[in-house]
Amino acid sequence: MTYEMICSGFGGQGVLTIGRFLAQSGMKEGKNVSWLPSYGPEMRGGTANVSVVISDEEIASPVVSNPNVVVALNQPSLDKFGPPTRKGGVIFVNTDMCPKKIVVEGVDIVYAPMSQMANDIGSPMVLNMLAIGMIIGKTGMVKYETLEEDLTSYMAGRNPDLLKMNLAAIKKGMEVANQ
Amino acid sequence: MSQKILMKGNEAVAEAAIRAGCRLYFAYPITPQSELIEYMAKMMPKVNGTFLQAESEVSAINMVYGAAGCGKRVMTSSSSPGISLKMEGISYLAGAELPSVIINVQRGGPGLGDIQPAQGDYFQATKGGGHGDYRLIVLAPNSVQEFADMASEAFDLADKYRNPVMILSDGLLGQMMEPVSFKESKTDEEIEELGKQHYEWCMHPNTGYTERHHNEINSLEIDPNVLEQHVLELEKKYKLIEQNEIKYEEYKVSDDNEILCVAFGISSRVVKSAINELEKEGHSIGLVRPITVWPYPYEAIAKAIGPKVKKVIVFELNLGQMVEDVRLAVNGKVPVDFMGKVGGIVFTPAEVKEKIEESL
Repeated sequence: MTYEMICSGFGGQGVLTIGRFLAQSGMKEGKNVSWLPSYGPEMRGGTANVSVVISDEEIASPVVSNPNVVVALNQPSLDKFGPPTRKGGVIFVNTDMCPKKIVVEGVDIVYAPMSQMANDIGSPMVLNMLAIGMIIGKTGMVKYETLEEDLTSYMAGRNPDLLKMNLAAIKKGMEVANQ
Repeated sequence: MSQKILMKGNEAVAEAAIRAGCRLYFAYPITPQSELIEYMAKMMPKVNGTFLQAESEVSAINMVYGAAGCGKRVMTSSSSPGISLKMEGISYLAGAELPSVIINVQRGGPGLGDIQPAQGDYFQATKGGGHGDYRLIVLAPNSVQEFADMASEAFDLADKYRNPVMILSDGLLGQMMEPVSFKESKTDEEIEELGKQHYEWCMHPNTGYTERHHNEINSLEIDPNVLEQHVLELEKKYKLIEQNEIKYEEYKVSDDNEILCVAFGISSRVVKSAINELEKEGHSIGLVRPITVWPYPYEAIAKAIGPKVKKVIVFELNLGQMVEDVRLAVNGKVPVDFMGKVGGIVFTPAEVKEKIEESL
């Protein structure tokens, strides 16, 4: 199985982090991974995005033209990366920042008010973890346990409260994705 | 080999260089290679090395000249406009036969250009850039792991031939994270031994030597007859490098190939994806990826042209530079076509596939 994912949103919504934790966990599960961020002026004002490939096979291009997983945290992201999604793929849409809906043939589209849900969990900062939860809940890209272990070793010493909130957000995301 | 770590290319090559025995690093910051200099700033003091942010690229490359003249493993890095500034110093390093490693994390040009990935410095790296008859050994990685592995390879080649070596990378490889594993670090004793192999010609402390040494490091020779001999000696060395050090990768090269592609560095990864897609549709496409872009694998490309190959297509993130070497290699046997992207834009697998399909 090869996941070719693009996560995109405003700078500060944590899209690079979504990609980073998923790639890190994929690597820990013994898969091949690549993480390719947009950088520089590309990110200023517009959309920040990251292309992540997680695969059982050797990764040829880290540049993704037709993703099978898309996370759109704002409308410009959905407009740009929604249409090229592959048949059989899935798009996660943050309806709080994407007022328009989208139709892509053969693609599953999951709508959720992600900004509001993150606030309800306790902080807008956990929006990216909520998205991670939705991704793994829907696709099984990586296991929850791997993520938990990774996040714990990364955050336990620094901010145990935020760690709890992050894990709660991932679980909530998995729940939403499976509804 | 150690456990794999998810790391940016810029950081991975810096870590690998330290492990290979680099204890002297001089540079000036520039995007998209800044993580490299930041990593060196953080890590060099921990291994009793010297990190120095010079006042300019020109002074950084001349610090490399001084350190290399003492037989030490020394490195500098920059991105395209900064590498241009280093060119005078690089010519001096080659003239004085000083082993050293230079990393170019290429960005869009010409001029200040932009900070996105490009491969527009191919001519500069492989055909000169600085003045005079000289050659750099130029290694072109296409993954974070290979980028890191090339650090120690570059130092070994520099020591072996007393020649500057360039790693020709790009902004994408520098910024991208992939899993990487590292070789064991060289011990302080091993690093000292590496320095001693150059004692015959380099500046060194006289410890343990009863007779005082007098070595000169110089690239100036006013007497034309003497300079002629020196340049002819350099030529012999370059011929030896061409005989011994050519490296390339063949991907799905076979007698069934309808098209043969040639690409180096990050472009080759995108081309591989397109080849894989076309294979699913029943087409056989091969790829030759030069790993050393100087010395260049002319023969390997000529040999890889199978009986059914209609065309050779070259993919580069520039207006067509390496394609000139491919034309020399193909030597009129089949047509040579080219696709390039400039401005810091990277072609997608879909675009590469479309280009190949035009010729099927």
